[in-house]
Amino acid sequence: MSEPRTHVSERKSAGNWRVLAVCVCAVVAMVGVSYAAVPLYQLFCQVTGYGGTTQRAEQYSDEILDRTIKVRFDANVSGGMNWDFKPVQREVELRIGETTQIAYLAVNTGATVSGGQATFNVTPQSAGAYFNKVECFCFTETELQPGESLDMPVVFFVDPAIVDAEETKNINTITLSYTFFPLEKENAVAKAAPSGENTKDRL
Amino acid sequence: MAGASAAHDAHDHKPTGWTRWVMSTNHKDIGTLYLIFAIIGGIVGGALSIIMRMELQEPGIQIFHGLASIVYGFDGDAAIDGGKQMFNVFLTAHGLIMVFFMVMPALIGGFANWMVPIMIGAPDMAFPRMNNISFWLLPPAFIMLLLSLFAEGPAGAYGVGGGWTVYPPLSTTGQPGPAMDFAILALHIAGASSILGAINFITTIFNMRAPGMTLHKMPLFAWSVLITAFLLLLSLPVLAGGITMLLTDRNFGTSFFSPEGGGDPILFQHLFWFFGHPEVYILILPAFGAISHIVSTFSRKPIFGYLGMAYAMVAIGAVGFIVWAHHMYTVGLSLDAQRYFVFATMVIAVPTGIKIFSWIATMWGGSMTIRTPMLWALGFIFLFTMGGVTGVQVANAGLDRALHDTYYVVAHFHYTMSLGATFGIFAAWYYWFPKITGYMYNSLIAKTHFWTMFIGVNMVFFPQHFLGLAGMPRRYIDYPDAYAGWNAVSSYGSYIATVSTIIFLIGIWEAFAKKRKAEDNPWGEGATTLEWQLSSPPPYHQWEQLPRIK
Repeated sequence: MSEPRTHVSERKSAGNWRVLAVCVCAVVAMVGVSYAAVPLYQLFCQVTGYGGTTQRAEQYSDEILDRTIKVRFDANVSGGMNWDFKPVQREVELRIGETTQIAYLAVNTGATVSGGQATFNVTPQSAGAYFNKVECFCFTETELQPGESLDMPVVFFVDPAIVDAEETKNINTITLSYTFFPLEKENAVAKAAPSGENTKDRL
Repeated sequence: MAGASAAHDAHDHKPTGWTRWVMSTNHKDIGTLYLIFAIIGGIVGGALSIIMRMELQEPGIQIFHGLASIVYGFDGDAAIDGGKQMFNVFLTAHGLIMVFFMVMPALIGGFANWMVPIMIGAPDMAFPRMNNISFWLLPPAFIMLLLSLFAEGPAGAYGVGGGWTVYPPLSTTGQPGPAMDFAILALHIAGASSILGAINFITTIFNMRAPGMTLHKMPLFAWSVLITAFLLLLSLPVLAGGITMLLTDRNFGTSFFSPEGGGDPILFQHLFWFFGHPEVYILILPAFGAISHIVSTFSRKPIFGYLGMAYAMVAIGAVGFIVWAHHMYTVGLSLDAQRYFVFATMVIAVPTGIKIFSWIATMWGGSMTIRTPMLWALGFIFLFTMGGVTGVQVANAGLDRALHDTYYVVAHFHYTMSLGATFGIFAAWYYWFPKITGYMYNSLIAKTHFWTMFIGVNMVFFPQHFLGLAGMPRRYIDYPDAYAGWNAVSSYGSYIATVSTIIFLIGIWEAFAKKRKAEDNPWGEGATTLEWQLSSPPPYHQWEQLPRIK
């Protein structure tokens, strides 16, 4: 091999490693971006009400419309929790912008102390951005002694801007749904394993 | 590379025996390995789909309860339940195998490895040893995926039955057994292999072009591989991230996708499709590149609008990253988000149209000869355009409400992928077969292969448009009697395609048995790229004297 070409090869080889380094950085950055998507996505849902994520408000609405809207309440308990959990009233009708307090009632019917935290959303999902909760038990973790019952208030109002948006202006009923999950979370595989005998139901 | 050969001190030194293949650092040998691997992957993935079509030929469950009792040892009612799961396992494996272990190894690993260094006048790939690792990661990944078929998936049943998209919660709490973990690991390894390959291609194309080969003089196949490599580099890590989150959700108590821990299963769909949509362009772009050469060769004209063709691919690649949610119109996106994704998706029809029309314009006024590769290329253009038309339809959120997860979507993506990408692979196969092997294929067998495949796959997938419009959902083992007619036609078509695949294999055997010597350039003056200046097959080390491009 002639001298000049070896020289060129060495220079090329350094260039190769530079391109390699840039590519590896791109790969690492994209993995990072995919993990950064998790908090960003949460932020995005809270800001836009995407997927029925409700809004958390610090102050009441200063505008109250004449139009009324019906809000229904739904309650669920995840499997494996001995809680009786239901809304005190099934539905309320309120003026848009008016602040209202309702309550849910939770009873620990099991024999042991158990803790839970609620997740929530509203349907139709497009109403999530306009459903403002001032106060809610869902913001905190709850622990109940055996037999203990707890009144859980929710203070909320519906943002008057709901009547301006094309997707939401015809909504007459919003359903607010809570699901209580046990606090001690096992991983998915371990949790599903005990029901292993019960094959037919799963298929 | 020059340094490495200098160390060996012999340019025509060629390792012999198994070390030539297992320890290979030669891009042509690795390309051959990839092609053989893709054929095996295609046969396995194809066999799975034929068994599914046999099951779907008539309403009711005919095949899978028997299969489940043979393979997994179920009997009675358990066999029927096991069979239902097994059908879903088959369709999952079919999708994953065809994407990761057939089309990608064939086009990127096989043809690109073989032809890109030759076409740009490079002696080999930039990192030959990394090229070896890229290939040898694939067989373990494939074996891992095949093992998942026999590992426990849902409690008391076997395999991954969640579709190739592995959406949670079905892929987390729905299938607690190790099968899903096997599949996730298989994807990780296959993904690592592709990322290494992509880095290698980018480096090779940027740094190792022959003197005078500027980017704007580079053959379109090399362009298509460069763009594909960038798509791989940017999209695969996101899939890796997403499935790693699945893995930790399943085994280590995280809750990225489980609502009880504050996660959201929809997030997985966003991550998956941020990878998944570029992935479909990864599958088709190298085929675009090869088709451009074939159309130009057999029309005896340079490709019409070379720069437009190159930058149309760049545009397709770039826009491909910002349209992912058109796979998710039914998850509750806001109307404005849907409007955006409809618009962005339909914009892709513009660069794709530029490519289709430029191929037609290349043929227009050309001196066309319809030899086998050209026949496949014409089939590709026709079928891909069909798939593109239905693609514009399903891009509309309003229409997609009715068509989402029906056989219409199945027909759409098989027209672009199964018919489009596969016809592109076969076109490239017959185009480069004489160059790669040094033997000429039998034209009669090759053309029979084309016509049987063309009739077969159209019979499989065209009726699925009707089934989808009639509302037949995908991913079910059974269906109401009303769908029986077109399902039977579709199944018969798949048998024709099976016969066609056998003809393809006979054609390979025949060529190697008869050993008709291929000329250095069997295609005449239309074939202008550098590979046709070399002997057939090319020397073990090419371009010791670098070609100069004017």
